[in-house]
Amino acid sequence: MNKIPNNRAWWLVLPVFLLVAFSALIPLMTVVNYSVQDIFGPDTAYYVGTEWFIEVLADERLRDSLLRQFLFSGAVLAIEIPLGIAVALTMPKSGIKASLCLILLAIPLLIPWNVVGTIWQIFGRGDIGLFGWGLNALGFDYNYTGNTVDAWLTVLLMDVWHWTPLVALLCYSGLRAIPEAFYQAAEIDRASNWAVFRYIQLPRLKSVLVIAVLLRFMDSFMIYTEPFVLTGGGPGSSTTFLSQTLTTMAIGQFDIGRAAAFSLIYFLIVLLVSWVFFTAITHLDKEK
Amino acid sequence: MNYSRYKGFGITLFIVLLLTPIYWLLNMSFKTNREILGGLTFWPKNFTLDNYAVIFTDPSWYSGYINSMIYVSMNMTITLLVALPAAYAFSRYKFVGDKHLFFWLLSNRMAPPAVFLLPFFQLYSSVGLFDTHIAVALAHCLFSVPLAVWILEGFMSGVPREYDEMAYIDGYSFPKFFVKIFLPMIRSGIGVAAFFAFMFSWVELLLARTLTSVDAQPIGAIMTRTVGASGVDWGVLSAAGALTIIPGVLVVWFVRNHIAKGFALGRV
Repeated sequence: MNKIPNNRAWWLVLPVFLLVAFSALIPLMTVVNYSVQDIFGPDTAYYVGTEWFIEVLADERLRDSLLRQFLFSGAVLAIEIPLGIAVALTMPKSGIKASLCLILLAIPLLIPWNVVGTIWQIFGRGDIGLFGWGLNALGFDYNYTGNTVDAWLTVLLMDVWHWTPLVALLCYSGLRAIPEAFYQAAEIDRASNWAVFRYIQLPRLKSVLVIAVLLRFMDSFMIYTEPFVLTGGGPGSSTTFLSQTLTTMAIGQFDIGRAAAFSLIYFLIVLLVSWVFFTAITHLDKEK
Repeated sequence: MNYSRYKGFGITLFIVLLLTPIYWLLNMSFKTNREILGGLTFWPKNFTLDNYAVIFTDPSWYSGYINSMIYVSMNMTITLLVALPAAYAFSRYKFVGDKHLFFWLLSNRMAPPAVFLLPFFQLYSSVGLFDTHIAVALAHCLFSVPLAVWILEGFMSGVPREYDEMAYIDGYSFPKFFVKIFLPMIRSGIGVAAFFAFMFSWVELLLARTLTSVDAQPIGAIMTRTVGASGVDWGVLSAAGALTIIPGVLVVWFVRNHIAKGFALGRV
């Protein structure tokens, strides 16, 4: 649609602008302000420049949790994207079955995040949970509260359970947008199932997949509630991800300067990676 | 066709696996604690509604649901009120800085809530809003408003501008046209936007828990506190969890065809 140039439209956008500015700009400026000061009390603050940033970047604990975070996000993407595509390909195309599939798939997405943690906390326990009990009965020595590897795998499995449906839903709507003529042409050419997927479906899914990767990266990078409820970050600090480290520092220890510097670095990493994806999305939009 | 039978089998298996943890939660919520700790049973032997009765009779439990509902509805109302005019502006007009503003809104969706935790806490404490429903609603607006603007913009762009002009010629004032003609035309879009505002606010806990202490505490915070207490009451915990699933399942039917669009910031 060709839009009319009209600067008075700003009046319509103003409420959103003010609201978001109030809840985004002021807090962000506060964080910037804290990150360059050492604060002892309401009236005693010293300007320390970039000292907090240097200290944060050298902090062993933060580097560990950053590394853990990247590993986790990488694993999440590597599992959920292919699995989501596979699920979308197997879903029924229309009718009541398709609606039913959509709704059942959406259920994990609509559960409060702490309840997701609770569900897996119960499900994974060796004594009362089906999953933990089943693994133990099969002869695996599984215990997510005591064993680092088990805890890690449980958090990963929980995230796969929680978010693969999102990837599947996005891919499904992408698949539905492919015109039927494409498939008919493929049938005339006697293209194999693999060829149809490789040369028709996958290229057409490109833009949806970029969005899926972006969303899954962003959200897995901010994960907090689910592992916090499930493992509390343990055993040790094996499942303590960035958000939890930051929250402990800011609210638990009230280490404001350090937490603020850390927040900014955290935010910048997310923005940087998201910006790369976002450029890719707008690029794809232009190609269309 | 063999191939399609494999497909049917695959999707059924996936959905069964997906529902297993939820089945287990429901199973637990109908058992007594004695049965839960006594051994593994796949179906409650002594079917009981006591766990649910605890939640519905104890104010410290059910007030959590009420609090959550209050701030979620506030969030939905505020989101729609500010997002509707903004989305109209984005879909109809070009103005200075429109693209930058659009991207800036998206960047807020990307911000980790943990980053805003401390400043939010202090901001709302300093203006006296700490432990009120409106504080949580406003904090959640940061994430739900950009999304609502996107979704609504998509739906509004589907309505040809000729309608606007025709209504103007027929003597409708802008507010009258907007409310009487335009909004009914995009009502499914409004429904989807409201649903996603509801969703984001309903599933989020980190901000909701930090900005409240007693009076506006969400159900999620009450649940985590129970986990920490000595001797976890698994039955009640499961029942509380099961109850939080219901609202989402009830409304998802209405938006099933638009759900991907909403999750993808209106870009599918």
